[in-house]
Amino acid sequence: MIIDRTDRQIIEATQAGLPLVPAPYAEVARQLGLNEAEVITRMQAMQNSGIIRRIALAPNHYALGIRANGMSVWDVADDRAEEMGVRIGALPYVSHCYQRPRALPDWPYNLFAMLHGKTRAEVEEKRTEVAALLGDACRGHDILYSKRILKKTGLRLGKPGG
Amino acid sequence: MTRALDDIDRKILNALQEGFPLSPRPFRQAARALGIQEDELIARIKRLRESGIITRFGPFYDTEAMGGAFCLCAMAVPEAEFDRVLTQVNAHAEVAHNYERDHRLNMWFVLATDSRERIAEVADQIEALTGLKVLRFPKEREFFIGFRVAA
Repeated sequence: MIIDRTDRQIIEATQAGLPLVPAPYAEVARQLGLNEAEVITRMQAMQNSGIIRRIALAPNHYALGIRANGMSVWDVADDRAEEMGVRIGALPYVSHCYQRPRALPDWPYNLFAMLHGKTRAEVEEKRTEVAALLGDACRGHDILYSKRILKKTGLRLGKPGG
Repeated sequence: MTRALDDIDRKILNALQEGFPLSPRPFRQAARALGIQEDELIARIKRLRESGIITRFGPFYDTEAMGGAFCLCAMAVPEAEFDRVLTQVNAHAEVAHNYERDHRLNMWFVLATDSRERIAEVADQIEALTGLKVLRFPKEREFFIGFRVAA
């Protein structure tokens, strides 16, 4: 799907969040000079094509007690990486799971999975669970904990052409 | 300080992580499933957002599908040079996130640009500037569907 100017306006108007009013899509439409049905239809099309991953609420993990996060990394046989990625990505404590190229000889790992828990011990337990799930498809693994946030800026859609 | 969460707050946090309707009266629809009124749901979401329990409420866009390019990068930075390298790396507007991690590869950052070519240019620039190798881990596939935080 190719997004057009109007889709981009909808994205810009909603990427920080939906208005908290009884008819939020009508409110977005009003701001943009569109009608509600058009906004809903366009958002539905973006959702069907994956541009909108989902419409949902994101809680602050930290505020809910999820304070330990580790980037677990796995060296998985190439012919099993996709199958295993799907299984790891479906675990409730994995927020992101990606297949990435190895950087030999510095880095043998090709699956990255962010593991989350209330404590580091809990994250280590999850890591053991993932290792068991991978079994002999995995030749080695490691986990990297963050020590410090050095920079964090939001990823936002810029203005067209900007 | 934030007020303690009650059972209804927890039900809202758990249920709306799964999704929110794309329909003319989505709060009414979601509220009905939770056994509360539309205006109460809106008021509670407002309060949870203001107190920082909700970080975002709305559509989550796939930034790559909108035409951007991203690449996870890592460097092994000697301890004595860490601050110098950090300043040089963070000076690039294309560096979106940067984390120090407890590993030989101790600096991990994400480059966000509007094209793939630009990723390589910026990573090469950082190598030239710092004199250190920038390992590049572009995403080949992504798998995530399950993550939920139980409130």
